[in-house]
Amino acid sequence: MEKEIIVNDLVVRFANVNGTGSASANEMFAKSIFRMGIPVTPKNIFPSNIQGLPTWYEVRISEKGHLGRRAGIDILVGVNPQSLKRDVESVRSGGYFVYDSSKKLHEEFIRADINYIGIPMIKLAMEHYPVPRLQQLLKNMIYVGAVATLIDLEIEVLKEVIAEQFAAKPKIIPSNYQALELGINYVKEHFEYPLNVRIKRCDNNGDSILIDGNTACGLGAIYAGATVMAWYPITPSTSVAKAFETYCKKLRIDEDGKKKYAFVQAEDELAAIGMVIGATWNGARAFTATSGPGVSLMNEFIGLSYFAEIPVVLINVQRGGPSTGMPTRTQQADLISSAYASHGDTKHVLLFPSSPAECFDFTIKAFDLADRLQTLVMLISDLDLGMNNHMSPPLAWDDDEKYDLGKILSAEDLEEMKEDFGRYKDVDGDAIPYRTIPGTHPTKGSFFTRGTSHDEYAKYSELGEDYLHNVDRLAQKWETAKTLIPEPEFYQKENRSNVGLLFFGTTTYAAVEAMELLEEEGLMIDSIRVRAFPFHQQVGKFIEEHEQIIVVEQNRDAQFRTLLINELEINPARLISVVNYDGMPITAQAIQSGIKEKLSVESN
Amino acid sequence: MSYIKTVFHHPSLKPNKVGYLKSDYRGVISTLCAGCGHDSISGAIVQACYEISLEPHKLAKLSGIGCSSKTPTYFLSNSHGFNSVHGRMPSIATGANMANKDLIYLGVSGDGDTASIGMGQFVHAIRRNLNMVYIVMNNGCYGLTKGQDSATADFGSISKEGNPNPYQAIDLAGLALELNATFVGRSFSGDKNQLVPMIKAAMSHPGFAFLDVISPCVTFNNTKGSTKSYSHVRDHIEATSSLDFIPFQEEITVDYPEGESAEVELFDGSKIHLSKLAPDWNPTDRFTAVNRLHVAKSKGQILTGLLYINPESKDLHNLMGTSDQPLNQFKQKDLCPGSEKLEEINREFR
Repeated sequence: MEKEIIVNDLVVRFANVNGTGSASANEMFAKSIFRMGIPVTPKNIFPSNIQGLPTWYEVRISEKGHLGRRAGIDILVGVNPQSLKRDVESVRSGGYFVYDSSKKLHEEFIRADINYIGIPMIKLAMEHYPVPRLQQLLKNMIYVGAVATLIDLEIEVLKEVIAEQFAAKPKIIPSNYQALELGINYVKEHFEYPLNVRIKRCDNNGDSILIDGNTACGLGAIYAGATVMAWYPITPSTSVAKAFETYCKKLRIDEDGKKKYAFVQAEDELAAIGMVIGATWNGARAFTATSGPGVSLMNEFIGLSYFAEIPVVLINVQRGGPSTGMPTRTQQADLISSAYASHGDTKHVLLFPSSPAECFDFTIKAFDLADRLQTLVMLISDLDLGMNNHMSPPLAWDDDEKYDLGKILSAEDLEEMKEDFGRYKDVDGDAIPYRTIPGTHPTKGSFFTRGTSHDEYAKYSELGEDYLHNVDRLAQKWETAKTLIPEPEFYQKENRSNVGLLFFGTTTYAAVEAMELLEEEGLMIDSIRVRAFPFHQQVGKFIEEHEQIIVVEQNRDAQFRTLLINELEINPARLISVVNYDGMPITAQAIQSGIKEKLSVESN
Repeated sequence: MSYIKTVFHHPSLKPNKVGYLKSDYRGVISTLCAGCGHDSISGAIVQACYEISLEPHKLAKLSGIGCSSKTPTYFLSNSHGFNSVHGRMPSIATGANMANKDLIYLGVSGDGDTASIGMGQFVHAIRRNLNMVYIVMNNGCYGLTKGQDSATADFGSISKEGNPNPYQAIDLAGLALELNATFVGRSFSGDKNQLVPMIKAAMSHPGFAFLDVISPCVTFNNTKGSTKSYSHVRDHIEATSSLDFIPFQEEITVDYPEGESAEVELFDGSKIHLSKLAPDWNPTDRFTAVNRLHVAKSKGQILTGLLYINPESKDLHNLMGTSDQPLNQFKQKDLCPGSEKLEEINREFR
């Protein structure tokens, strides 16, 4: 029977053992497809471990440009004996299981409804390379060559990517090419190729880049003029720090070869945010990057930042919680703990990027907002956005753009001032007071920063009226924040349905695809992507305009829905939740079926 | 305590080299208990800053939480101050110092703030040799919460509650030495002659200058059985040396007897002159200091003075290789790489 040929719409998953160099081989595979002009979404599904545990690398290829995860694996490359059983089971019916046939595959792994392609990977590697470590590394290239041939990937492109990858160690390029050829030739000699699921060059990637969100955040901080970064290693945020440092070494060295930045690996997250507060208090732009457990530890200082009105930029790359949770899996489960972090009445500005380009833009925005509002601003990313490569518009910077450093008084300002300087005095009605930086003026503008209650002149006060005056101003400042934050994004010119779909962050990829799937089925819905907390007035308006709102998010308790109910006083009955929280990025199919199920229940 | 502050200046009091009177270094009236050792230390800070002709805005004062951490409001009103959260002053100081290497950072902490909740940050500030003066006003108890023993309370010491402390004490000066702190001194709030020059020397030291100052708590820990009471400290004090601090370019006017004195030159040309009370004393030898500290402890003595100084000290900025210009003075044009560079970076990702 002739099989239907499927072009540029497939999912390839590699099942490896971590610490064997597979991730870099798999990455080269994904990048080559990207170079062929076909939209691609790679996801590294890795363990919290350095060597020896199962790890997967999933590549979705979609000519239509769907960048979320898709259910159904077309080709599984299973080279990890530990996970073989589950890997075989995960292949869609009619799909392909590529395995190492150096040893015979045990009967229990045989399914009648899928196709098996055996490549003697380790045997070929052992025949050609004497050193065991090399055998292991080049085994990866052998399967890359084999799979590339099976799906019709242009080998020249692959070779070009390999050459770039090893530009610093050109000596190892020939052996990699040779391994690639071993895989290619084995397929050519033993199988019919290409398979019915295959790829074909197209031109759908424009000027896009393939980059991870954490690198974009690190670069954003450099472009925003951050000079101090203090951090403590924690998955999945560590690569923000690494990117900041790597690019600072290239971009921030003065004429004497000295650093125009300070990069401090703190003793813990408490110290990390303390250092940020100290630095911004002293007039530098500073930031930290962490994940849920780190934010929990930072809570005390977060309250200080809010109450003493000290700018802080915190990049929270969320992972699976609670507690140590799933450190190497993704979730959007730090929403309430971020929005209201710390004791007492506190609330914080959150930004929700959904692409690397937005990670870059919003990191810069976070610095401007933190300085303008003199408060803590959190960029809410997640493991999926932060650590996986995403196809993204290029990073962009407008050379006419000026930093907004907020309300800071210079020595000249202080000289000219007629009235007394009051650190916490709202002199112009936006509820944001002026601040001074230590060392500015010999006799004017000094004040005492404190986490205790204070009057307009930063003096300690236990008077109820002073306390109220201050915290009510902070509440008013929250209103000012609403006018400065990024507005939501809409996916229709005008409303066309009484059902609205609301999402944010990395859920966006799958949500947009789900919208299309529903539309194909004749269900038209309107969509909104929220990009900040507090909620922009347009968010409330959109909810008002629809009878039912489906809130899609990646946590168990529908935390975003809770924020909407709490902040906008919406009748909870109108907000329907579709959630996903198994640690894997949500799929369009999950959203599609979730919506259909919830809407049918509602209409019964 | 008295709410009335004198504004009378004795006519002989002259402005210092930068034109400030001693009163310009004062703060608001202290709200600590009358007789509190902390107030004497505040006085010593005022005296030291006046004497070295420091412009008040060139110093930032930082603290954590507790009685001691309230003191920064009681001195240097023209300096910016930061009363942070409990035990976390070192991280605030680290960030502040990273942003501007040109100010003097004076951190004030207590024994609870440093030896318990803030131990982690304290030891790491030492490890990084952060350029700051770190004063612990050490009274062996938690004053603000009514007198609980702190981690520096000596074994067997009896506070107002009446129970001998069953736990071993943390000796902060000993710990600092162990961690290779580059400047370690111990003093007593009641010994201004020793404390003032020690604070001045600490301010000139390019690195972490730690001062453990025994400062009796008159309300909760000045009892008969306490090892941190005024009388106990006075009776058991054992000084290594008496010291003078001579700023760079200032003439030495005192004659020091030969053989009984030692001089340490600091990086900026300033000198610390020590009149040695112990003949084998060498303040640049860490091993002697550690040894003497242990010997004194075994005899129940409180060893004071400049215990150790490393004249070769390199501070955190130096270790990191940061720019000579303070980081907070760079402008957008110095920091933002621009759109052309970004396009180059984009190309790496295609």
